[in-house]
Amino acid sequence: MAPILSVRDLTIKFANRTVIQHLTFEVNPGDNLAIIGPNGAGKTVLLHALLSLLPYEGVIEWSPDAKLGYVPQKIAADRQLPLHVNDLLAAKARILKLPAKNIRSVADRVGLTAELLKTSVGTLSGGEFQKALIAFALLGEPNVLLFDEPTASLDELAEEHIYELLRDLQRERHLTILLVSHDLSVVYQSATKVLCLSKGKPCFGPPREILTPETLETVYSAPLKFYEHHHDK
Amino acid sequence: MFHSGEIYAFVLALLFAIAAGLVGSIALMKRMLLASDVISHVALPGLGLAFLLGFNPLIGGAATLFLGTLLIWQLQKQTGLATEAVIGVVFAGSVAIGAVLTPKEDLVEALFGRFEDLSLLAFLLGVCAVFIIILVVFRFKDELILGLFAPELAAATGVKLERLNLYFLLVFSLSVLVGLRFLGALLAGALIIIPATTGRRLTSDLSHFLVVSCLASVVAVGSGFAVTHYLLPQFSPGAVIVIISAAMFILSLLKWPASV
Repeated sequence: MAPILSVRDLTIKFANRTVIQHLTFEVNPGDNLAIIGPNGAGKTVLLHALLSLLPYEGVIEWSPDAKLGYVPQKIAADRQLPLHVNDLLAAKARILKLPAKNIRSVADRVGLTAELLKTSVGTLSGGEFQKALIAFALLGEPNVLLFDEPTASLDELAEEHIYELLRDLQRERHLTILLVSHDLSVVYQSATKVLCLSKGKPCFGPPREILTPETLETVYSAPLKFYEHHHDK
Repeated sequence: MFHSGEIYAFVLALLFAIAAGLVGSIALMKRMLLASDVISHVALPGLGLAFLLGFNPLIGGAATLFLGTLLIWQLQKQTGLATEAVIGVVFAGSVAIGAVLTPKEDLVEALFGRFEDLSLLAFLLGVCAVFIIILVVFRFKDELILGLFAPELAAATGVKLERLNLYFLLVFSLSVLVGLRFLGALLAGALIIIPATTGRRLTSDLSHFLVVSCLASVVAVGSGFAVTHYLLPQFSPGAVIVIISAAMFILSLLKWPASV
């Protein structure tokens, strides 16, 4: 199977600080890649490079049929604007020249009611806001979704809803998912591959190989505890 | 009765009010309203030079205004400094140079403007400028909205942010320029700032916000001209317009709670 994304010898520098050095990995269609690592390891920077939002050295190669959707970290958005959720979705739909009915269909898919579409972005709850961002990413029918910590600052119930939504979407639409997450138990449950970024050498492989206490201790430079548990579905 | 030069000036001022309301609304969301005040001051050295050497003040103002805008854009891009910091430096420098260059007897006019009859050519040029401003704002409204909300989300949707910022800065300066003669370098930014702030107080709906800002601006200009023409001819219309605009903002404070 040809990879949908192939990254070779990727190096990203800001002024004289190297954030990512000689990174190589591949993602296949349908993969669920979790990107983990301590703060400042370059996880968001990596997503931005994959989206061509910043300069880099090396090769980032998306397969020609890859269509990307992106859900940024919640904190990156200005919520004091006089904008309704629908204004954002309609703006993207017009830029991509999509029919207005697509807005309704992505909103339905993530569970945004007509009332929420008319709500000011500043007054949405954390969970609703995250759903709005996911609906935004889904406009244009992407087959790859890049998520930057989709559940940061959400309560457990909202977090569970978001992850359930992601799992359903991936199943229905055969999506490839790249997910930056701090939540190692979620990573353990749903990821098919794990990429860990840290000040040392990056590591890449299936969760069972990467998510060992020894590797995690090296990645986070601190002993970590986590519990392995299995769900029967 | 009015003669044609007066009518041209009045119609252009009303059209300018619409452009200022629109540009001000976007500038308010971009948190760069004060930049309009500062950018108008950048015209001061050009105005001063024009008074000193005896050519059309608008040409002098336009020249330094656009040079200043490009300078601000370039400095911000290259130094990574916040817009307000860069603008602060350019602002202070321009006012100082303007103060040195402008002949004393022309300083009040350069700072506060003057209502003067317009030739047909000046009127048509002004109308073109206003239409360019309105067209650019409507053409790039969606891109601007996404850029305001979350720049990386806009960029990931294919919006070229740097170019977009330049376009916006240019129409922003163009609006200041259209208002420059009758409002003066000190007040040209006021119609970009105050009506949009009033609009934002009153509504949290994007299209209503744009409409209310434009309306507030048009009402201020219209009534300002009426007041100075019929009641208080000794005052400069620019100052009266700004005072009315500020009074409308104060009235908007009566709405409670404010829109969020």
